[in-house]
Amino acid sequence: MKHLTEYRDADKARRLVAEIGRVVTRPWAIMEVCGGQTHSIIRNGIDQLLPPEVELIHGPGCPVCVTPLEVIDRALAIAADPRVVFCSFGDMLRVPGSRENLFAVKGRGGDVRVVYSPLDAVKFARQHPDREVVFFAIGFETTAPANAMAVKLAKQEGLRNFSMLVSHVLVPPAIHAIMRSPGNRVNAFLAAGHVCSVMGTWQYPPLAEQFRVPIVITGFEPLDLLDGIRRTVLQLEQGRHLVENAYARVVSEQGNEAAQTVINEVFTPHDRAWRGIGTIPGSGWSLSDAYRDFDAEERFVVTGITTTESPLCKSGEVLKGTLKPNQCPAFGKECTPRRPLGATMVSGEGACAAYYHAGRFLEGSGTA
Amino acid sequence: MTNRRFIPDLSNFACPAPLRDYPHVILGHGGGGALTHELIEGVFLPAFSNPLLDRLGDSTVLDLAGELAGGGRLAISTDSYVVRPLFFPGGSIGDLAVNGTVNDLAMGGAMPLCLTAGFIIEEGFPIAELAAVVDAMAMAAGAAGVRIVTGDTKVVERGHGDGVYINTAGIGVVPPGVAIGAAPIRAGDVVLVSGMIGDHGMAIMSVREGLAFESQIESDTAPLHGLVAAMLETCPEIRMLRDPTRGGVATSLNEIAGVAACGIEVDEAAVPVHAHVASACEILGLDPLLVANEGKLLAIVPAEAAGRVLAAMKAHEHGRQSVVLGRVVAEHPRMVVMRTAVGGTRVVPMPIGEQLPRIC
Repeated sequence: MKHLTEYRDADKARRLVAEIGRVVTRPWAIMEVCGGQTHSIIRNGIDQLLPPEVELIHGPGCPVCVTPLEVIDRALAIAADPRVVFCSFGDMLRVPGSRENLFAVKGRGGDVRVVYSPLDAVKFARQHPDREVVFFAIGFETTAPANAMAVKLAKQEGLRNFSMLVSHVLVPPAIHAIMRSPGNRVNAFLAAGHVCSVMGTWQYPPLAEQFRVPIVITGFEPLDLLDGIRRTVLQLEQGRHLVENAYARVVSEQGNEAAQTVINEVFTPHDRAWRGIGTIPGSGWSLSDAYRDFDAEERFVVTGITTTESPLCKSGEVLKGTLKPNQCPAFGKECTPRRPLGATMVSGEGACAAYYHAGRFLEGSGTA
Repeated sequence: MTNRRFIPDLSNFACPAPLRDYPHVILGHGGGGALTHELIEGVFLPAFSNPLLDRLGDSTVLDLAGELAGGGRLAISTDSYVVRPLFFPGGSIGDLAVNGTVNDLAMGGAMPLCLTAGFIIEEGFPIAELAAVVDAMAMAAGAAGVRIVTGDTKVVERGHGDGVYINTAGIGVVPPGVAIGAAPIRAGDVVLVSGMIGDHGMAIMSVREGLAFESQIESDTAPLHGLVAAMLETCPEIRMLRDPTRGGVATSLNEIAGVAACGIEVDEAAVPVHAHVASACEILGLDPLLVANEGKLLAIVPAEAAGRVLAAMKAHEHGRQSVVLGRVVAEHPRMVVMRTAVGGTRVVPMPIGEQLPRIC
């Protein structure tokens, strides 16, 4: 834990906050892209430490939150198939589909299992050749290497009873979409450190240049976040718009090339719908032609999916940063983590859940 | 890491009664006839034997005149135990079934006297494993100084249970003069915790999910009535005791804040967590405050008594790592607020259901 506690030092945090306060002269809106960062900001109360000029906008980087309803409904239908063992990361189980969630399918007798790695699902498929094992492969670039390896391994071993329901999403096209969206207020980005540990930083300079927006690759611990914010504010005040790497202990310019190689072999870019936001061109990955046999969408034909979103849910605006979670009329009333209307209220990384769990019911109040 | 590793060595198990005919529990063992008697005489009685149980009456009559003399009051509690795997690092379902009910009694200030034990066994469950569970229970009962005085056995069809479920009910006596909760919790009171949190839940999770960490995490299952007695001796006016089992410390603190209609403030830097438990939680995206404990207690004590209660806790074997966790405050009633290490604040909510490991 030493390597973590040193990034939670209270004195150093105070010094970073003081420097941000000295540098800032006018209001700036900074979007942290990743849900893990949102979670850490709220959990550590970092936004409360910042000067009033610095506003943090919570981005769409929670993979659970942006997985489209149509995909969730498809997952629910596949999971209910008696031949299937449906494997998923834990926080997908509570995400509401049009009518129910994976917990409800499990309760009715569906074989739904929480796994910690897609390789566990492959192992299960190897040990149970009589069962159809489906892995729900969601996530940003961070989870893609392990998911890609799982399919590659299944193909190498000739496992015919393993498939993946893929809904991968990518950060750079999302940044592009946010900057192009009408009403955008974002002045700078804290890019997602873990995503960049896989993909490197090379994808970001064209975005920074095109939109004249500073992008600082940032980690997840309190000092990482404060340093990322400090560097962002410095750039904004000085009128610069560079890509800076504030997470160099993990992220290199080229990223993890071995991981990128396997990703490029297994996945191919794809237009992807984001829940609450809409379709963003080239913003996702699906299985490449060589791995199409492992696509659960093709193996299990699900017809008649008609999605219905709650009309009260404003998660799209929350994900785009135009609405704070507690500004949503349904927040904490019709919509709670117990009865979530949208996915942003479900995952620990979802902005609405992060606000709810931290008791942020009243706008601008620290502890209600 | 496999579950088998925690099952005691049963290779030399020799059954004193002619149970060898059936190495596994069959439906007939729950039928009340000769097979049931074989099970009782071969497995339960040798482990639990005491004069009250050995009579094998439909009920056991207790004479508590001595214990209740001078104004002692009876306390009663019941709990059911369902855990997978049955044996885990640091304990077993048998330990939980004794210590859990003992601790429920202890949180009311009672000295536990005796337990009942009901077993719901799944057809096909190995008798050797049942005997190992029963032995663990007998050892835990011996260590806690309680007797198992009556019991029941049922067998359910294969697939209708998870090996074995155990229910225990317990009776204890609250000694005269002990009145936990007589005076209400008020702002200024101090919150104490009796040691490192999150051990039990993470021990179970690491085995259940086959997660191998560098050092093994062990359950903290332990009987706490001795610790409670030592605390009450130094401070009979303890405001409240809770054992933070399911739902962890966060749930118990929220319950206390709700009952007291006060706020509770916790200092993040003061939360005691073993480094390897903290690391495991970090990897899985879990909060140690929400993880179950089976041998810890939270105490709300008047500020002026906090020092001496803490000293008494630290002097007891089950409270050596006790610390001040936080304070009761007048602000934010019914809410638990944490001062984070970097100087922010956040509300510690009541968890909704099980914690779900995060995706990345």
